Amino acid sequence: MFYRESGDFSTTYSEDSQTFPIKFDRYRYYLVLAVAFLVVPFFINDYWANAVFVPFLIYATAAIGLNILTGYCGQVSLGTGAFMAVGAYAVYKLMTAFPEVSMLIHVPLAGLVTAGVVTIFGLPSLRIKGFYLAVATLAAQFFLVWLFNKVPWFYNYSASGQISSPERSVFGIIVTGPNTEAWAKYMICLIFVTLAALIARNLTRGSVGRKWMAIRDMDIAAEIIGVNPMMAKLTAFAVSGFFIGIAGALFFSVYLGAAEVGESFGIDKSFLVLFMVIIGGLGSIFGSFAGAAFMVLLPVFLKNVFVGMLGWPTDLAAHLQFIVSGGLIIVFLILEPHGLAQLWRVAKEKLRLWPFPH
Amino acid sequence: MKLTTLAVAAVMAASPVMADLVFPSLSYRTGPYAANGIPFADGYEDYFTLLNERDGGIGGVPIKVIECETGYNTEKGVECYEATKGEGALVYQPLSTGITYQLIPKVTADGIPMHTMGYGRTSAKNGETFSNVFNYPANYWDGASHAINHIMSLGDISGKKIALVYHNSAYGKEPIRTLEELSKKHGFELMLVPVDHPGQEQKSQWLQIRQQKPDNVIMYGWGVMNQVAIQEAANIRFPMENFIGIWWSGSENDVLPAGDRANGYKALTFHNLGDDYPLYDDLRKYVVDAGKAAGAGDQLGTALYNRGMYAAMLASEAAKTAQELSGDVNLTPAMMRDGMEALEMTEAKMAEIGLPGFGPEFKVSCQNHGGNGLGAVAQWDAAAKKWSLITGYEGSDQDVIQPLIDEDSAAFAAEAGIEAGCK
Repeated sequence: MFYRESGDFSTTYSEDSQTFPIKFDRYRYYLVLAVAFLVVPFFINDYWANAVFVPFLIYATAAIGLNILTGYCGQVSLGTGAFMAVGAYAVYKLMTAFPEVSMLIHVPLAGLVTAGVVTIFGLPSLRIKGFYLAVATLAAQFFLVWLFNKVPWFYNYSASGQISSPERSVFGIIVTGPNTEAWAKYMICLIFVTLAALIARNLTRGSVGRKWMAIRDMDIAAEIIGVNPMMAKLTAFAVSGFFIGIAGALFFSVYLGAAEVGESFGIDKSFLVLFMVIIGGLGSIFGSFAGAAFMVLLPVFLKNVFVGMLGWPTDLAAHLQFIVSGGLIIVFLILEPHGLAQLWRVAKEKLRLWPFPH
Repeated sequence: MKLTTLAVAAVMAASPVMADLVFPSLSYRTGPYAANGIPFADGYEDYFTLLNERDGGIGGVPIKVIECETGYNTEKGVECYEATKGEGALVYQPLSTGITYQLIPKVTADGIPMHTMGYGRTSAKNGETFSNVFNYPANYWDGASHAINHIMSLGDISGKKIALVYHNSAYGKEPIRTLEELSKKHGFELMLVPVDHPGQEQKSQWLQIRQQKPDNVIMYGWGVMNQVAIQEAANIRFPMENFIGIWWSGSENDVLPAGDRANGYKALTFHNLGDDYPLYDDLRKYVVDAGKAAGAGDQLGTALYNRGMYAAMLASEAAKTAQELSGDVNLTPAMMRDGMEALEMTEAKMAEIGLPGFGPEFKVSCQNHGGNGLGAVAQWDAAAKKWSLITGYEGSDQDVIQPLIDEDSAAFAAEAGIEAGCK
């Protein structure tokens, strides 16, 4: 019924190799994009932007970044929080040093800076892997947080060590600072997450992504068939760092407005993004979105149900929310170890055959 | 863009007009800071419940307290702010310096006042730059100066070594500048000992203190960090009377785990302690015995409960002032802001409320959003399990603090593009 390829003929190679070869899938994708770009901005208010959409889009960007590294290239990283901090501090230094430059330039530049830093911390991956690499990235997490706390240059010598994002604009529209309209915040995040997803999707479909996956599946075999492990691993670290840096830059400048490295970019952030990737599905761009939605939206949703609708005490609601989200994570991982993306794939298969079971 | 505004306006118009006075309570009853967050939130809510039950609200208008759990986390703080601001919130008291830093630009843009009592950004004392932020009656830099004044009152300070054990965040870093200036002025040596969030592990910090033997330790801690620090200090046998905490490191929860070994520990405060006040009779009668107490209802009379109650009392007095000023009992955030700026706390007012001698007298003005910075030193008696004031309310070294406030607020004004001045 749905997702049927029957009657859907490809007459050129490019049609056959497009991202969504099934027509129904493709139109659904266009519809989602159209709603996101043309409908949501007109109805969004401060609450929906700040509590739901902006964090979801930013975490989705970070999850895409980590998914490239962990999901596609198989290199475990526990340093995502600190790498986001690199993006945040880079964009802060850029914003304060070059106030007149558009945020559309600053944010990718911050991503490039992060890509460089992450590549340096990715060098140990050439010698070690698995748990040992996880420990090396953990060291990066603690080192970078310590560095941003220790060296006053990073926070422009402010007395409290806080960085606060000044008002900056894109084509005359304010996108950072307190006077930002909800739709402007949403749009800048949406633009970056769309670009990130497009780039990531096409990289993973091309030769670069195939090399990453070859390294992930068996590095010795990959080396034998001619994949250069150094290049493959380091490009994965760089591309991953680029997206995580963009996420960190947006997280600080657009979403929070003021940040403190230990609190906003601590080890829990690393775990949060890792959970998103695992729950969403390793090695899937859609999974990055699904995981981010699950981890960001579920707490907000539960809180609104418990406190807003049922009127329960806030502490009870907060504890219950931990129990429910924790429980759901375990349930999901037991029922579907490959994450929400795999559930989606299975659902699509079922829908193809529906209404016939076989 | 127009459509967005229209949509937002439609949402706003659709929601009913709020007749209540809304006081959001951004509390934290979970996480590593819950031990300190719970008593404050209880005190804050109970005082408003009392006003509702006894007086029918403020000026006859009922009060609505909307509680929102932040977990001392800045992201949840933003969510709470956005969720409550549409309900007609009159004043925000986030009880977190991190959340305060985030909300300063937001409340200023939205025209809602924020009261950061004894925390937050110290230079918000300069109301010409920070129009919507208040931090009366005292701030972090006053606290640093009080601690040094107290040490000086006990003996010559020059040549002494004083350690600052601080929460490695915006909160803990606040007093460093002031202490550096003071160390230049009085000739003592300052030693900085940061403790990372949440502060459950402080072995290395206290080993450092044991090795370098500072004469006095000043602590800027919060949550679980306080208990651990006091226990570690007791473990290395650091003399408790030389250990002095800021007002956020001076609750019962902080000293009780160390038992008798915490005897003699000192902490600053800007309000009085204990429950020996006429207001407590009303609180017990109308709130606790009626089963309307917030939380478990077991925090009455603790230091942080008193502080939460004091915060609510100052907010309701500001609301009363606002009602007098505007002649309208239904307040908007803008009226509330004007009320806070015109707030005057006198002994007569506090006695009338039932809290005689509870806090210092002060008067807020546009130039001074921070009161006069009086503070006292309390000492813990482990046998009686009680805090008692050992000094009166004393002033802080404004010669050092005021130039720092001017400098920091000027930097903020330049950064944020604010035209300083009274409206």
